[in-house]
Amino acid sequence: MQRIGVFVCWCGSNIAGTVDVHKVAEALKSEPGVVIATQYQYMCSEAGQTLIKDAIRDHKLTGIVVCSCSPRMHEATFRKTAAAAGLNPYMVEIANIREQCSWIHKDMEVGTEKAIILGRAAIAKVHLNAPLVAGESPVVKRALVIGGGIAGIQTALDIADAGFPVDIVETKPTIGGKMAQIDKTFPTLDCAACILTPKMVDAAQHDKINIYAYSEVAEVKGFVGNFSVKIKQKARMVDPVKCTGCGLCVEKCPMKKVPNEFNLGMDKRSAIYIPFAQAVPKVATIDPTACLKMKTGKCGLCATVCEAGAIDYTQQDSFIEEKYGAIVVATGYNPINLDQFDEFAYNQSPDVVTSLEFERLTNAAGPTAGTLLRPSDGKHPHTLVFVQCVGSRCDGAEKGKSYCSKICCMYTAKHAMLCREKYPDTEVYVFYIDVRTPGKNFDEFYRRAVEEYGVKYIKGMVGKVAPQADGSLLVQASDLIEGEQLKIKADMVVLAAAIEPDQSARPLATMLTASMDTNDFFTEAHPKLRPVESPTAGVFLSGCCQGPKDIPETVSQASGAAAKVIGLLVKDSLTCNPCVAHSDELMCNGCSACEKVCPYGAITYQDKEFRMPDRTTAIRRVASVNPAVCQGCGACTVACPSGAMDLNGFSNSQIMAEVDAICK
Amino acid sequence: MSHNKETLREIVIETAGVNPRKCMKCGKCSATCPAYDEMEYHPHQFVSMVEAGKIEELMNSKSIWMCLSCFACVERCPRGVEPASFIEAARLALIRQQGKNHLKAEDVPAKLNDKLPGQAIVSAFRKYSK
Amino acid sequence: MQVEKKEFKPTIVAFCCNWCSYAGADLSGTNRLNYPANVKIIRVPCSCRVNPMFVLRAFQRGADGVIICGCHPGDCHYTTGNYYARRRMTLLFSMLDFLGIERDRTRLEWVSAAEGAKFAKTMNEFVEAVTKLGENKRLEDLRCKKQ
Repeated sequence: MQRIGVFVCWCGSNIAGTVDVHKVAEALKSEPGVVIATQYQYMCSEAGQTLIKDAIRDHKLTGIVVCSCSPRMHEATFRKTAAAAGLNPYMVEIANIREQCSWIHKDMEVGTEKAIILGRAAIAKVHLNAPLVAGESPVVKRALVIGGGIAGIQTALDIADAGFPVDIVETKPTIGGKMAQIDKTFPTLDCAACILTPKMVDAAQHDKINIYAYSEVAEVKGFVGNFSVKIKQKARMVDPVKCTGCGLCVEKCPMKKVPNEFNLGMDKRSAIYIPFAQAVPKVATIDPTACLKMKTGKCGLCATVCEAGAIDYTQQDSFIEEKYGAIVVATGYNPINLDQFDEFAYNQSPDVVTSLEFERLTNAAGPTAGTLLRPSDGKHPHTLVFVQCVGSRCDGAEKGKSYCSKICCMYTAKHAMLCREKYPDTEVYVFYIDVRTPGKNFDEFYRRAVEEYGVKYIKGMVGKVAPQADGSLLVQASDLIEGEQLKIKADMVVLAAAIEPDQSARPLATMLTASMDTNDFFTEAHPKLRPVESPTAGVFLSGCCQGPKDIPETVSQASGAAAKVIGLLVKDSLTCNPCVAHSDELMCNGCSACEKVCPYGAITYQDKEFRMPDRTTAIRRVASVNPAVCQGCGACTVACPSGAMDLNGFSNSQIMAEVDAICK
Repeated sequence: MSHNKETLREIVIETAGVNPRKCMKCGKCSATCPAYDEMEYHPHQFVSMVEAGKIEELMNSKSIWMCLSCFACVERCPRGVEPASFIEAARLALIRQQGKNHLKAEDVPAKLNDKLPGQAIVSAFRKYSK
Repeated sequence: MQVEKKEFKPTIVAFCCNWCSYAGADLSGTNRLNYPANVKIIRVPCSCRVNPMFVLRAFQRGADGVIICGCHPGDCHYTTGNYYARRRMTLLFSMLDFLGIERDRTRLEWVSAAEGAKFAKTMNEFVEAVTKLGENKRLEDLRCKKQ
C-alpha cells in the first residue's frame, strides 16, 4: 500500500474562490492510502514546496497528489520538489482543479464536488504509479549531412565550425547542387557561382568535413545520438586520391557525345567527365553507360594519358559504415517533368525551355557561353514569353502539384530583367496568375523589372504554344485585364516549372522513419516552433526537402538545423523520457501489430529463450521497445492484441483506475 | 415557372458537377478557347458569373451557343473547374425552363410521323415539360 | 400526482490528448469559458492511447457519455496517432451503437491547443445531448452501481 500525501493549493483566490479547499482536503483524507491531506495558499511557492518536502520526509510518503493548476504549468516544479525530498519524481500526480475546475465553475458546491472527484482520480492513479528512472544514452559526436547543395554545405560548415566532425554524402560527382547551375541570384543579381564556389572550397578544405561525393545512403540503423549508417560509394573508375583533376583525360576521351546533365542535356560531354570547372572534389568520373572501354573493352585512352595513374576500370561500389549522433536531410528539389503539359509544346520544340535550362543558356559557363541563343538554330531571339505557374497550384487536375513553388515569381522577374538589360532589342512578356513577392527587397525587384526594364507583365495564362513552320512559336494567351485573347509570335518560351522533392527523398524517409507529406516533402516536428527538426528524434531538415525555398531561406534553415545538431552533439548523453512503452515478454506473441503502428520505428523483435511450464525451453519471437527512440504516444499499447504492451506513466491499469474513480 | 437567382445558381452548379470556387482566376481557359473572339462572355467569366449567381445573364447571352464543347478548357484547367461544364449546365437550364419550348400533348398527333422514332417523342416530353 | 424529480446530471468522461486538447481545455479555463462540471478530464499522451477498453470500462462503471479529444488531423504531436484513434473509435462507436449505446453518447472531436472556445462549446453540446438521452443503463454493470 502506498503512503500518499495530498496537497491542495488555494492559488490565492484562483482556486479557493470557487472550491472549498478545506473541504477537499478533508474529503480526500479519508481516501485509502492517504496519510496526510493538507492545504496551503501557494503550493508552488518556496514555503509550499518546503511543506511538501517536509511531509514527504515526516510521513515517509511514497506518492503525492497535488491539487493545483494544470500539470502543463507546474508538474515539472512538483516533480523537482519530490526529487529534492528523495521521492521518485514520477510518483507525483497533479489534479487539475484550477483550469479545469475552479476557473470554469462559478458555484462553490459544484466546484468543490468536482475537485474532490478529480483528487480521487489522481489518488487512484498514484496508487499504481511506479518509480521511473530516466535512462541515458550516449551521443556519438559526429554528424551526417545527406545532400551537398547549398543547404547541406552550409549545415556542414556550421557544425564543423563548432568543432564536430561532419560527413557530407552527395549522390552526384560534385557538391554544389542546384545553386551551381544558377547564373545570377535575386534580388541582388550577384553571381551564384561567385558566392557558392568559395563555400564549396571551404567545405572541401575544412579539417572537420569529409565529403563522400558520388555516394548514397544505403542503410540507416539506430536512433538519436547513435545512428549507424551504411554509405555506398559508387564506382567512379577513378581513384579520387590520385586524380589531380587536370582534365587531360576529359580532353582526350574519344566518346564526346554524351548529353551533359549539368547543362540539362543542352550540350555534350565526354564519357569521362568533370561536371564543371569548380567541381568539388575535382575528380574525373567515368560514365559506365557511355565509356567505350567499359562497354566494348576497346579504348583505354584515358588510362594511357593519365600521368597520375588514377584510372581503374575494375573499381567496384564500396561500402562504408560509420556512426553518427545526428542526421541532417538536405536532399533538395528538382523541376517537375513537363511531359504531361503538352499544350506548352515542351517536347515539340527545343525553343521551349524550363527556367533552369534558361539559367544555363544565360550562364557564362553554359552551353552558349552566356550569349542568349535559341537552342534550335542558334539565332538571337527577339520575342520571349515567360509562363509562370507551370505545374504549380494545380489542384483538382490530374497533373501538376497543388502547392505554390514559391521561387518562380522571383526568378522569372530576374530572367526577364536580365534579358531586357543585356538585349534591349528584345520584347519580353511574363504571363502571371499572381505575382508573389513576399521577401526583403523582392517586390521592389519585381517592380523594377516592370518600371525600369519595361517587361510586359500580363495577368493571364498561356493556353497553347504552337510551333510554326517558320520556326517561331505561336503563343495563345489571355489578357484578363484587357479582356482579350492574345496571339504572340515568340522566338522562345520559358516555362517556370513547379519544383518537387528529389526522388531519393522517399526511400530515405523510409530508412530514417521520418514522416513526409503527400507531396513527399519532409514534415517538420512542429510547423511553427520546430521547423528544422523532423518528428523523428535526431533527424533534422535543411532546405527544399522540407518545402520550396529560395537561397536565403535555405541558408537560414541550414544554419538553424546546424544549431540544433550542435545542441545535440554537445551533450555527452541524452536523458530519455521514461514514460515509454514496454512489452511484457511473457504475454507477447510476436504478431508485429505494434511494430506496424509505431511512427518512430522504436519496436524491434528478438528471438528469446523462455522456460516453459513443463521445464523445457522454447525460443519465441518477442517485441522489445528501444526506450531511446520511443516517444511514448501509446499507439502500440492499443494495437497489441494480447495486452503485452503497456505505457509507463499512463498504464492501462492507471487510466482504468482514473475512469473508475470518476464514474464512482 | 422560372427559378429565383439562388436556386438557378444551385441548379447550374449541381448539373455541372464542379465547384466554381476552385477557380484561381488564371485565365488559362480563355487563353485556350478557340471560340474566344465570338463570345461576349469568355470562359473564365462563365465561372465567376456562375459563382456570382449571374445565371440569367449567362443564359441570355449568345456566348453559350458559341462554345464548341471542344473541352480544351476542361483539359487544361489547372484546378479542375471545367468552364465547359458550366456552359452545358446553363444551356440545359435554359432548355429545361418550363413553359418554354414546351411540347404540348395536343400538338403530338400532328407531329407523329412514321419516320420519327417513338423514343424521340418520349424524350422530348421528358426534356421540355419538366 | 406530482413526483419530485431530481435533475439528471450525467457523468461524462473526457479523454484529452496531452498536446492539443488538454491544453485546449486549460485554455478554456484560462478564458473562464463555462462548461458543465459533469465533464471530468483524463489526460492521455495521445488520442491513440485511448484503448477501446477504457471506453467500455467507463460505460460499465456508469458513465453516461464518453468523449475523446485529440489534435486535428495532420497536427498530431506523434504524427499519426489521431488517425489511429479515428479508425479505432469509428469501429468502436458503431459497435456500441449496435449494442444500443446511442451514437450521441460517444464522440470524437479534434480540439487544438488554441481552441479553448471550441472545447467549451463541444462540452456544452455533448453534455446537452447526453442529458437528453438520460441515464446509460444498457452497459452499466449493476454490481458497480452505488447505492
